[in-house]
Amino acid sequence: MRWKTDSYAGWGRALRATGDLARPDRRADLDSAIAPAIGKRRSYGDAALNDGGRAIDMTRLDSILSFDEDTGLLEIEAGMQLGDIVRVFSPRGWLPPVLPGTGFATVGGAIGMDVHGKNHHNAGSFGQHVTRIRLLQGDQRRTITPRNRALWQATLGGLGQTGIILSATIQMKRCAGPVMTVTERRAEGWDEHIAMLDASTASYCVGWIDATATGQALGRGIVEEAEPARGLIPRRGAPKAVPLDAPHFALSAPIVKAFNALYYRRVPDHGRTVVRSMPDFFFPLDKIHDWNRLYGKRGFHQFQCVVPLGEKDRLRDMLDLIAGSGLASPLAVLKRMGAGRAGYLSFPMEGYTLAVDFPARAEAPDLIATLEQMTVAAGGRLYLAKDALATGERIKAMYPDWPKWRDAVNAADPDHLLETDMTRRLTLRSPA
Amino acid sequence: MTDTWIILGATSGMARAFIRDMAEEGHGLILCGRKQEVMEEIANDCRARGAGFVDLMPIDMRDPDSFAPIVEKASGLSGMTNVAVFTGTMPPQDQIDANPALIDGTIADSFTGPARFLTLIAPQLEQRGGGSIVGITSVAGDRGRLGNYVYGAAKGGFATYLSGLRNKLGRAGVHVMTVKPGPVDTPMTWDLGKQPFMTTPEAVSADIRRGLKRRRNVIYTAKIWALIMLVIRMIPEPIFKKMSF
Repeated sequence: MRWKTDSYAGWGRALRATGDLARPDRRADLDSAIAPAIGKRRSYGDAALNDGGRAIDMTRLDSILSFDEDTGLLEIEAGMQLGDIVRVFSPRGWLPPVLPGTGFATVGGAIGMDVHGKNHHNAGSFGQHVTRIRLLQGDQRRTITPRNRALWQATLGGLGQTGIILSATIQMKRCAGPVMTVTERRAEGWDEHIAMLDASTASYCVGWIDATATGQALGRGIVEEAEPARGLIPRRGAPKAVPLDAPHFALSAPIVKAFNALYYRRVPDHGRTVVRSMPDFFFPLDKIHDWNRLYGKRGFHQFQCVVPLGEKDRLRDMLDLIAGSGLASPLAVLKRMGAGRAGYLSFPMEGYTLAVDFPARAEAPDLIATLEQMTVAAGGRLYLAKDALATGERIKAMYPDWPKWRDAVNAADPDHLLETDMTRRLTLRSPA
Repeated sequence: MTDTWIILGATSGMARAFIRDMAEEGHGLILCGRKQEVMEEIANDCRARGAGFVDLMPIDMRDPDSFAPIVEKASGLSGMTNVAVFTGTMPPQDQIDANPALIDGTIADSFTGPARFLTLIAPQLEQRGGGSIVGITSVAGDRGRLGNYVYGAAKGGFATYLSGLRNKLGRAGVHVMTVKPGPVDTPMTWDLGKQPFMTTPEAVSADIRRGLKRRRNVIYTAKIWALIMLVIRMIPEPIFKKMSF
């Protein structure tokens, strides 16, 4: 492998690393697992960073290995992007069973974070639909399945620490057609928002939340419910790119507040049903390449937590705090999750998840720390794909299976070759 | 009816996205290259993406005897035949200075090999009265410069050949398109340091497909290179010869 020294960042751009990177173009170029594997770096914090060390960029190892039209079993290399799978297979009536909010996420990343999607309440997490994984451990290749119990559960949602994920087999799901019918309704406040999410019977359901609204309007937003359908794919404009880092006032409080008010009114009072292309529905922000530059040079953080169903009042308190802070950005999501999870460090639990972006200003870490405390008090947990600021102590308290993960991972990678900035920051592979 | 794309240099980093796009559009593919094992990987991927068919043919630009079987294979196919040439090698100029024998191979990979192949297959396209030929040259072919002028000479020679071929085959309705990429994010450029206006194989493929649709003669990718090279070509030689970039 050819190495070059470069500087790179997580999606939030608040955390950066400098180190040697290799990007094998063909399978044979990758001979041994001597460094953590990284993909399109859509994790916000430091999960895909290895400052001062090496990392292997897997994005060119992105071939389809096999697809069985009868069973829907798809074997793909770890660097393949989920959006590419949607593009190739949705016209043929097949869809990945779980899709996160960006189609740029790779299969390896989706496994390493055990990602979830807008259908988590009925489909569970991504890892629950993976049937087989090819791992590179040292210079040994091995295939693992759910029968490998501890190793399997340490790999799904396991931050890539059990070996380099080379390829995976996923059970695809039949879909009615290549488009989505999407019903959007306004929720005028917190209680109504929660009630609408609770009452939804749609396959896909998610709420956009106006995290700047206060008082009576606190928690207002738009609930989206969707089903795959037959139809003609609406034409999609060419993707736009953010050409440079925006100035810091681009997402200042008055601008965000005004934007959110407009965005809320985009959907008429009585709601509407529209037809969207799959990418537009699943990956709305992918239309704007490098949208993270809107947050300027300093970057941003995303806070995402999940709390049990019975703790929704605490979640409301968190939102209250966020709305009052003047720090929130337009990107905020509320969703009801099911219990489905695949691994020891998988994020989901039955409850409500709230995700909010904050520009990385001086006040942000304090606010996020307070929100983390409130999450702990509610018996909830943080999503490692988003985290950049938490402490190991706090994370370990949120993940009761952490010791099992640590033991399995340290057995699988005894020389700690696959450690990342995140595993070091959170001391996830240490004895305590 | 399925059209066929013959891809010369199918394992090149620049070709990867174009091959996939053609597969997803359902075209038949004849992948030609030297690395059999890598070609098998690509073929598998193309079949899963929906290629009409995928055949593998060994080819070596330095061995013209490997050309005839491919041309013959193409003659037996129905539908339009199209050819895309992605071959080329770029040994560092200092290695060439130390070992001038490297020049022959560089010229064969980028120019004489492709030219012989295309001359051999051109009558077929002429006879069918259609089809496209896409030749990947380089901005380095527009003007010889310090860093890579043997590579540049090979690409420049190929570009001139393509211009003549266009003149000839255009009369028969065959579309010949010259593609001049600037730096592209492939293994070739991975450790060369920061490159100006770097584009990706995906963007190159998108530009090629747009060019095919509009039946363009010469395209630059990324587009900005058309402007940059216009300026560079206009620099008077007495000044240019003192520049190094």
